[in-house]
This record gives sequence, C-alpha cells and structure tokens, in this order.
Amino acid sequence: MATIYIDDKAVEATPGDSLLSVCLKNGIYVPHLCYLEELKETPASCRLCFVEVEGEPAPVTACTTMVREDLRVRTDTPEVRRLQRAALRLLLSVHRVDCGRCPANKHCDLQRIAALLGTGLKPKNLALLLREPQVVRVHPLFDYYPNRCVLCGRCVRLCRERHAMPLLTFADRGFSTTVTFYGQGNSEEIPCADCRACVKACPVAALWPRDSDAPVPGGEEEPSPNTAGSDPAEAGP
Amino acid sequence: MPTGNPKTIDQAFKDLREEARTRWEELRQTPGPKFRLGLATCGIASGALNTKVALEETLAERGIMAQIRTVGCMGHCYAEPLLVVENPGFPPLLYHQVSPGKAKMIVRSFLEGGDPLFEHVLGAMEENDMIPWIMDFPRFSNEVRVITALCGVVDPEEISDYIALGGYAALARALESEPEDLIRAVEEAGLRGRGGAGFPTGKKWRLCAQAAGKRKVVICNADEGDPGAYMDRTLLESNPHQVLEGMAICARAVGARRGIVYVRAEYPLAVRLITTAVQQAEKLGLLGESILGGDFSFHVQVFRGSGAFVCGEETALLRSIEGKRGMPRHRPPFPVQEGLEGLPTVINNVKTLASVPPIVEKGPKWFRGVGTPRSPGTAVFSVVGDVVHPGLVEIPMGTTLRSLIFDVCGGIPRRKSFKAVQIGGPSGGCLPEDFLDTPIDFDSLVEAGAMMGSGGMVVMDEDACMVDVARYFLDFTQKESCGKCTFCRIGTRQILEILERMTRGEGREEDLGLLETLADVVRRGSLCGLGKTAPNPVLTSLRYFREEYEAHVREKRCPSGTCRALTAFYIDLDLCARGCDACVGCCPVEAIFTTLNRKKGIDQTLCVKCGECVAACPEEYNAVKKVSPPHLAPIVERPPVQET
Repeated sequence: MATIYIDDKAVEATPGDSLLSVCLKNGIYVPHLCYLEELKETPASCRLCFVEVEGEPAPVTACTTMVREDLRVRTDTPEVRRLQRAALRLLLSVHRVDCGRCPANKHCDLQRIAALLGTGLKPKNLALLLREPQVVRVHPLFDYYPNRCVLCGRCVRLCRERHAMPLLTFADRGFSTTVTFYGQGNSEEIPCADCRACVKACPVAALWPRDSDAPVPGGEEEPSPNTAGSDPAEAGP
Repeated sequence: MPTGNPKTIDQAFKDLREEARTRWEELRQTPGPKFRLGLATCGIASGALNTKVALEETLAERGIMAQIRTVGCMGHCYAEPLLVVENPGFPPLLYHQVSPGKAKMIVRSFLEGGDPLFEHVLGAMEENDMIPWIMDFPRFSNEVRVITALCGVVDPEEISDYIALGGYAALARALESEPEDLIRAVEEAGLRGRGGAGFPTGKKWRLCAQAAGKRKVVICNADEGDPGAYMDRTLLESNPHQVLEGMAICARAVGARRGIVYVRAEYPLAVRLITTAVQQAEKLGLLGESILGGDFSFHVQVFRGSGAFVCGEETALLRSIEGKRGMPRHRPPFPVQEGLEGLPTVINNVKTLASVPPIVEKGPKWFRGVGTPRSPGTAVFSVVGDVVHPGLVEIPMGTTLRSLIFDVCGGIPRRKSFKAVQIGGPSGGCLPEDFLDTPIDFDSLVEAGAMMGSGGMVVMDEDACMVDVARYFLDFTQKESCGKCTFCRIGTRQILEILERMTRGEGREEDLGLLETLADVVRRGSLCGLGKTAPNPVLTSLRYFREEYEAHVREKRCPSGTCRALTAFYIDLDLCARGCDACVGCCPVEAIFTTLNRKKGIDQTLCVKCGECVAACPEEYNAVKKVSPPHLAPIVERPPVQET
C-alpha cells in the first residue's frame, strides 16, 4: 500500500491503481463520464476528471494517473475547475436540455457535474449545435438520442466486453461522430433484451428502451426520419 | 545478438554492388543521346506522361536511338515536367515545362540541328563554359541534399540504380555492427524526428531496444496529410529504397523482425513504388529472411491507410493497423513500450528513416556538421502558395525563413508583398514578416508559436485574409478530429462557428475573447496531439494579425478583400469605357448592366462576387474595383427597361 494525499487528506491506496478510482472509493467526487470502474482500460475521452498533481506542470486526467507513493493531488484548484467547466459547457453546447422529459432526470451525470461546478445547464456564450434526427431507431429495442449522448463510449466498450460480437460502435468522424448499432435487425437473434448493459451504464439516457414504461423521452414527439414514413406533423402524442 | 559470418555479408553485398555498378556503367557508356524524365506524381500531373509518349514517338519517327530513363521528382514543381537531355558534345541540360510539343522541338532542334534552345533551358547539370550551371542559381545552390540526394537521379523502380550510387552500403555495415553502436551513432548525430515534434530518434530507438520482449516492430509513418504537404510522397516516389534501408537499420538496432510502411491509400503511385521496392529488395536478399546471408531477418509489409488524417498520430495509426477505428489513446504507455499488438514499436517518419543511411555511412560527426547544434541535419519542405519557385526544398536546419522564401524560392510573385507564412500545417502557426529572420529549427519555430511540422509550408501574399486562413485550417481539423475527446470534437467545431461568423460579417465584440478562451482550453484539455495543436492557427493569427480580426468584427471589413460577405465589386464610371462589353459577357449571373451613357454598373443584389469581371476588364481601363465593407460601393441605378 502507498500513502497518497488528496486535497491534503492522507489516503491509503494500491500502487498502480487509477487515481480516479481511489478518489471515488474515498468519497472524493471528481467529475467524470467515460470512466467505468469495471473496465480495465480508460479511454480518457471525456476530459473531465482533471486534477493537479504535484510536479506536473498542468492538470492531468485522474483516470490515467497511477497511484504511486507520496502522490500529492488537488482536485479543486482554479485551473482544474476552469478546464472542467469548459469541457462541461462544450458538452452542453451539443446537448438538448429537456430534463423534465428525460428519463435520466435526477440521475443524470451532467446534472450532477453541473451542480458541483456551479455552471447551470446552459452552454453560456457557445452556440447550441443540435443534431438531426433527434431520435435514431436502428436498434430493434433501444432508441438512440444523439442530442443527449456525450460520446463517453461506455456503451460501446461494455458491449464489446460482454459479447463476442459487439453490436455497438462509433461511426463517422469529428463532430459527426455517433454511436450506432450494427448487426441483425431481428430482436430474437441479439442478446440485447437480457443484457441492457449499455442502457444501464449510459450516464445521460442516450440509449433508452423503446418499449419502456419510463416517462416518455423528450424526443418522442419528433420521431426520426429513419422510421418508416413518419411525418413529425402526423405523429401521435 | 550474434553477427553472423562477417565475410559472407560483406562479400554478398560487394557482389551485389559490383553487379549494380556494372549495369550503371553500361547505361552511362551507351552511345547516343540520353533523356531523364521526372515521373513522380508532380510530373505526371503536369503532363509528363504525354511528354514521354511524344518523345518516344518523335525519336522513333526520326530513327534516333536514344535512352529514356524515368526518375522521380527533382523538387522543382514550378518547372514540371522536367527533362534532362544528354546530347554528346554538350553538357547535360535541364529543360523546364517540357510539353509534348517542346519535347518534339528538342529532338528536332537539339538532337538533329545542334541548337540547344537556350530559351527553354533551366541550366546545365554540370559546370561548363557554355551554358550557366544550375548551381549558379540560388534555387539550386542553397539546397543541401541529404534526404533527397538521389531523388530525381535514380529510377525508383530500379533497385540497382540505388545500389550503384552507394545504396544499401549502410545496411551492410549495420549488419556487421553491434545494435548498440547503431543506436549510439544516431544519438550522437542528434537526429530528431522529422514528423513534427522533433523527438530524439536515438532515444526512441534505445527505449524500444530496452523494452521487454523479443518481438518488436518498426513502422514507417507515411500517413502524410497536411494540406499542401507532399514531402513524404515525393520521397517514396523518388527513392523508396533509402527509406527501406533506414527501416532495416532501425530494425537491426532495436531488434525488430517485422516492419510496416503505413502509407496513405490516396498515394497510389507511392504505394505501388514502395511495394515494388520491397519486392526487389527481398529478391536481392536485402530484406526478408537472413539478410545478405547473415542471421538477421526483417520482413516489411506495406499497409494502406484509408484516409483519416488523425491516423498520422502514432497511437491512432497503430489501432488502424490492428483493424480498429483510428482513435488515439492516452500515452503512456508509449508505442516503444506497448505498440502494435502490445509489442514494443518504433514509429518514425519517412524523412527520419531516410536520414539514417547517410548517418551510418558518413558518421554522426558529418551529420552534425550540417544544421544547428540542437537541430542537426537538414529539413525538407514543400514550399507552396505565393512564391515564384514552389516545390520541394531541402535546406540545412538553421536557414532563416527569409532565406528559404526569398533566396531559394524566389520571393513573392506579381510584385505583391509578403504577408505570412504558415508552417506545420493545421498544427502549425502563421508567422508574419517580423519573424522572417527566425532560423528554421525545431526549437526556434516552437518559440515563435508555429512548429516544424512534417514540412508543409504555405507562403501567403498581401491578398490573404488571416481570419479566412484560420477558418480554413479549423474547418480541416474539426472534420478530421476522430471525435473521441470532448475538447477536440466539440471545441474545434465551436471555434469554427465563431470564425465562420466573423467571415460572414456576423462577428460580435465578445467573440475575440471567446476565441482565445476556447483555443486555450482546447489546447490544454485535448487528449492527443491533433487537438492539442489544432488551435495553433487561431492563436498565432490572433497574436500576430489581431487587427484583421478586429476589422472583421468591429467594422465588418475584410482588409484583404477575401471574405465574400464583406466585400463588393463596383465599376468606376470614370475609368469604364463606353461601349466595352467585356464584363457583361463574362458575368455568370447577369448582374452587370449598361447605364444610360453606355457605361456599366453592377447590381449588388445579384452579384455573387466571383471576380470574373475584374479579370475581364481590359488592363487599360482597370475599372472594376473591390471594396470592403460592401456599403462603400457606390450605388448605380439600373436604367428602366426600354420597350422596343
């Protein structure tokens, strides 16, 4: 075991463990979206879990920092908060804020992070860039809401880990990057109904069962053009 | 590692070289005229294939026996297609822009008539007292060719050309050296990675050699993607064997048995030539199993990248070879520790690897004699844009930007003035005139806010709008971002939104500050090199050309008149000639009308600002003017349509 200091508090930790995991286990919340305790590799893609480590010139991501003896960490310096707020605002600038009709409401990681950082849910002076369609229905059981998705990739990675033949993947590039489903359209042939790992792991309910009893998600009134011949104007309530 | 039987390797190589030299001498001694035609992509694009056909036909028609050798790129893009003619009795002459017609003319006038057609000669390839030597011209004499020494000399499809001129001698020597000595030679030479960041190559090799595991990999990164950059392509198309030789030496140094050339699929000729080169080298026992009969084996594959700019980033490149989506990952672990399929992997740029054979052959001291103490050796740039002599240039490190742009490349054409130079592609920066005396080396360029990059250099004259240039590069990076991390995926797009707003004349006062903030967080927060450097074009142009941004935002004015939404064309009625219809005829949208006194006016509501009328207006009138902001254009009423 090694002793490390997080915000001046001495913590015992196993060398080689991820610093983010240690923080979370010790009740120190560091904002994060892409990190999953159960998966060994972290993509370090959400760029939220910044901390300052003594000896490093700039904030580093806690998920990729390994525990070593005498590591001294600060989780709430102004520079850390500045980067976290910037990342959150960028995520909110592509997020359709419609919490009242979102099934993730009150369990949403974005809400939690926004509360911690005191930013509110507005992207401030950034342009709001939403995608069309609002709902993508290519998976036989789950709907995908691109304007909720933060592209943390938890779903893609879990699916890859659980199933020999993964059914979710990233597609497209740059700003158009999206999570998509590939495989058979027949719900009998896919393990999704019993697995649902992706839905459970999604921090923002961007993947949500179509047949769910949960509150009707916000995008329901504007179905995707992918769905056969549905015109938004004709769609029922 | 045991070194095998030295005599065998040495003898095996000497035999190969003897054979190659004999063939080369036979080529040289063949009587009659000889032609050498540049047939790299640049030459082909300028019509060199047609030139070749015309040359062959004319020679056949006239019954002249002549030797035509095709070579790669000579580096002089402004003069393509390039043809070297060796006519007995004359020094070898270099002809520029040899169209099929000119090729016929050369055969008839020069070969048959003895008139070398001086007006089409760029220079003589050798010193003589008849025709100026090319080395008398700054475009040639300022270059120091190490990496591109044999480009345009050897036939890229003929391995024996390269061997005859000294090729693969360094590999033969490396096979008989201890790996440690090779690494030390590269360290002592101070070779730094030519891919952009300038990481010490020797250190990289040492880390890989020390990494645990017996299986190691050497990768040549030829995923060149910067707009306007073509150094790596040219090298692979002109002298692929120097790169392969560098790879094999690297493999020997780090103990790798497997090599991969990662080359863009958009470079079909480079792919074909490097593949041929690998096959030829394998056939002669210079690659493959037990090289030159020794106990060292090195197998090279060619892998074609499928068009993602981000795959030039080394971790994304590795994933791409593994068949996964090309997305960078966090480093460490670095590829030298855990690379391809988890094996220790050296990834070097094409030019880095091509620098290795000369270092092994001539020694680290010689290499250090070129360039600067902290950046030894040469730099290869593809200089494009507003220069008189664009092309591929190899100069010693430490040459100033001014010397490269004005002495070597001939300065700015059309009597315009220099405005900025963009170095390092989308990751680099735009430097203004004040920085022209900056020496070109890794550290000085970073200090100035740009970066060495892999060698793309775009020179811009006074007509370039820096806001538009920044917009262009951000448009590129946001499209090419892999989409993985928040800052790069959304941040670059938000920066682009602001820049587009400015070029449309919708910029707001707070946008300047917002741009700076966004650029700063994207730089600090992004996961990989692409995102970390993507804001550089914005940051440098904001730093050095802030007044242009302010003009766009505050006055809705584009000082260089580039941004269409912020400019207007009008016809100066004092200059316009009565009865001339040149502009009317060329306008694609019929926006130009005739006034009552038969002069011309532009209907601003119809004008699409293509600038065709400026080009069409006869020089003696020069009546079409461009203004920014657009409301400065005087309004000329369209006369009522007359019933006839």
